[in-house]
Amino acid sequence: MSVVTDTGTREVGRSRTRLDAREKLCGEAVFTGDMEVPGMLYGRVLRADVPHAEIVSIDTSAAERMQGVVAVLVGRDLLDIDPYYGHAIKDRPIVAIERVRFHGEPVAAVAAEDEATAEAALQAIEVVYEELPLVDTIERALEPDAALLHEGPIRPGLFHGLGNLGERDGNVGYRYRAAAGDVEAASAGAPHVVEGEYVFPAVYQYAMETHSVIADWRPREITLWASCQHPFLVQAEIADVFGLPIGAVRIHVPYLGGGFGSKSYTKMEPLTVALSRKARHPVKIVNRVDESMVTSRRHGMRCWMRTTADADGRLLTRESRFWLDTGAYMDNGPRVTATAADSAPGPYHWEAVDIEANCVYCNTAPSGSYRAFGATHLQWVAESQLDELARKASIDPLEMRRRNLLRPGEPVRPDGSGKPLDADLIGDVENAAAAVGWEEPRRPLTGRGVSVGLLAAGAHPVSRASVRMRADGSVEVSVGTTEMGQGPRTVMAQIAAEELGMSSDNVRVLGADTRFTPYDRSTGASRSTTLAGKAVQNAAAAVAGRLRETAAEVWGTDPELIDLRDGRAAHAELEMEFSEVIAKRFGFTGGEIIEGGEVRPMGGDTGSYAEGPVFWEVCVAAAEVEVDPELGVINVLRTATIADVGKAINPQLVERQDEGALMQGYGNAMFEEMVYSDGVLMNDNLLEYRVPRVQDLPREMTSIVVENADGPGPHGAKGCGEGALAAVPAAIVNALADAGIPMTELPLTPERVWRRLQELP
Amino acid sequence: MRIEFRLNGAPAAIDVEPSTLLLDMLRDDFRLTGAKRSCDVQVCGSCTVLVDGQPVSACTYLACEAGGREVLTIEGFAELPEFERYASAFERHAAVQCGFCTPGFLLTLKSLSDAGELSSEEQIRHGLDGNLCRCTGYRAILEAARDIGEVAA
Repeated sequence: MSVVTDTGTREVGRSRTRLDAREKLCGEAVFTGDMEVPGMLYGRVLRADVPHAEIVSIDTSAAERMQGVVAVLVGRDLLDIDPYYGHAIKDRPIVAIERVRFHGEPVAAVAAEDEATAEAALQAIEVVYEELPLVDTIERALEPDAALLHEGPIRPGLFHGLGNLGERDGNVGYRYRAAAGDVEAASAGAPHVVEGEYVFPAVYQYAMETHSVIADWRPREITLWASCQHPFLVQAEIADVFGLPIGAVRIHVPYLGGGFGSKSYTKMEPLTVALSRKARHPVKIVNRVDESMVTSRRHGMRCWMRTTADADGRLLTRESRFWLDTGAYMDNGPRVTATAADSAPGPYHWEAVDIEANCVYCNTAPSGSYRAFGATHLQWVAESQLDELARKASIDPLEMRRRNLLRPGEPVRPDGSGKPLDADLIGDVENAAAAVGWEEPRRPLTGRGVSVGLLAAGAHPVSRASVRMRADGSVEVSVGTTEMGQGPRTVMAQIAAEELGMSSDNVRVLGADTRFTPYDRSTGASRSTTLAGKAVQNAAAAVAGRLRETAAEVWGTDPELIDLRDGRAAHAELEMEFSEVIAKRFGFTGGEIIEGGEVRPMGGDTGSYAEGPVFWEVCVAAAEVEVDPELGVINVLRTATIADVGKAINPQLVERQDEGALMQGYGNAMFEEMVYSDGVLMNDNLLEYRVPRVQDLPREMTSIVVENADGPGPHGAKGCGEGALAAVPAAIVNALADAGIPMTELPLTPERVWRRLQELP
Repeated sequence: MRIEFRLNGAPAAIDVEPSTLLLDMLRDDFRLTGAKRSCDVQVCGSCTVLVDGQPVSACTYLACEAGGREVLTIEGFAELPEFERYASAFERHAAVQCGFCTPGFLLTLKSLSDAGELSSEEQIRHGLDGNLCRCTGYRAILEAARDIGEVAA
């Protein structure tokens, strides 16, 4: 289903078949784990079996004597470098140094001729620990006498991007405030008040390909093949840690078997490089699932929120304090925390707002990015309070939103800073509600809910790309965007082909190789189509300019009068294949045209992205549920999600992204939860950590693609693929409350729903 | 120990340890990397290959058990004329995203189709329950499966 504007494009706006489909279908697509390089060894990692301890001693001598073992790496091998990394805060050692802070933290690593030998050698390493007081939950971390996970001054990482990081406060590693107006005055005497405490569990991204790295350390150059989403940030961090110029670190990024944030920023790369450095051989490390589960996850959260409204249901104030469990190291915790704070008010008019967001160190595995981070944490809380107020004021939840939602052009952040609203949220939520039969009579034991939110998207707007037309008229697009399933290789080809007046079938889009590929900040925050896509469009336009220039010279006319279409330059009755244009340009049957494109915050050839965020990603959904009161089982009958993308470069891929996000949101809402006990992850496998299966698919799901050409990317596009994940849990929670079962803790397992039913009158 | 079997339609023989897993043998010894390792516990289906036409999780199937049998991996399936019907359905519905789970889904679908168990929505949903996909949310794969099984939506 789509709401389309026709802009007369030939490639853009068409559901072209994915250019990478065939090689993936045939099993030919190469992932890091499929690769071998000459002389390569296999690495395995010894992980701490205690959550918090001093390391008294590590004896690696027996492991080192084993046949086939080439090197054993421990913390003391890193004395000649500064072995701490972390793009936000440099708080994480490459392997544990003197102390372990989470169960599963790398303590040693072995490189051997085969994986079985490396694994056997791990068993021969003897580590003596002296356990330290356990700080395994947010509650314990906040106790006044809690042991401190980190002490000493904060060391900012290369890419924290958050201005002043502030000081640690006990185990609170980062705090973010967003406030405007006088909450006390504005809420005094408010007729409708809701207040509650909420719990969101830690969840695992489960990209099916685990973190996989091959590293080849040499004295003057480091080469990696890595399953990483942000190769250029990893490149800079590796260069920093190992003391090389950025250009001496070369990262190849093959296809990724899913990312969803789990492979954003730096993960297993420093450890693999350090092991290769010790072994003086290339080393490959492929995590098992239980290892990847302690490599990255979504923050768990405790949240308090209070919202007030007047007698007509007009919102007055919102206050919230929440604590995100970032685990033993910060990873992307500060950004997740700030983004969550951005999502806490929701896109409404307020008299006053006071949000305090805290990122808390605990003896658990590090939390980082997971698709729609921050918004997924807060939207279900914020939106359930909105519905509770609507019930108190006897107003339909959809009407409640019409009365309070921001209009396009109005400031989103309570203090008025940053980009104003760039979407029609009322239209979006009305579309979603209609698709689940909002006005139809409700049957007993069913409920319907809607949810609306925004996600600060785009990250930092720095992207470059190059477009190269070969002598035969075929084109290569070189762009740093990682293909992890979301389809950028296809979309970038369509964007370039549109600009050049040719078919995307004749365009190849390459994976990143940081030696040759121009810089792109990252693949995440729904930024690729908008920003990297804009850089590709600019580069392609520059190539088109060269083609026009040459054709105009040949025909003695103005470049503006040259039309590029179907792979040819044309002017009146005259036509030339692109290959002929290039041959004329160089007077030779070889040569090429290569041009770059750039996106940066200010100026340049793209207009301004200075006012963050790059765009507000729309998070709107509706759901209808049915409850079995005997068992507590929820059946999601209908869902509707909104992909408000400005312009769908490839509408089918937009819908598919939206559906994937929907089902991840469904899993987060319904059953996904990392269960910790005394600092140990109890369900570190796919038997006990449940992700959505085909049987879970709602019988009726509608993905609505909205194209209002209001995005800052090519052809008015803006990113997508995250909003549904944040919006769906909120819609399900609201539908359940509509059925009479308000919930304040996720996931909505049958047991939890059944227990709640027993408490209700 | 030495095993002889048929691999993708051709005779094959190799020395394996009794503990060698079929997945490791295929990936490491035959360099057939279309079958992927993910969950290691027979849940995700990304290591699915067909043994005598039946889908098995190669991550928990001993290589020596394949002795005397016929093993079909995605690389072999892609060479068969019927593959086009499967591949074009997946392309038409954009049922491929990252591609990590895709070979497993295709081989499971082939086994279902060959067994005549791809002729209703219920059969499709039941038959695909042993394959996980984290990218697509399954809808696209279901649509492709309906096309392959010629099932009305």
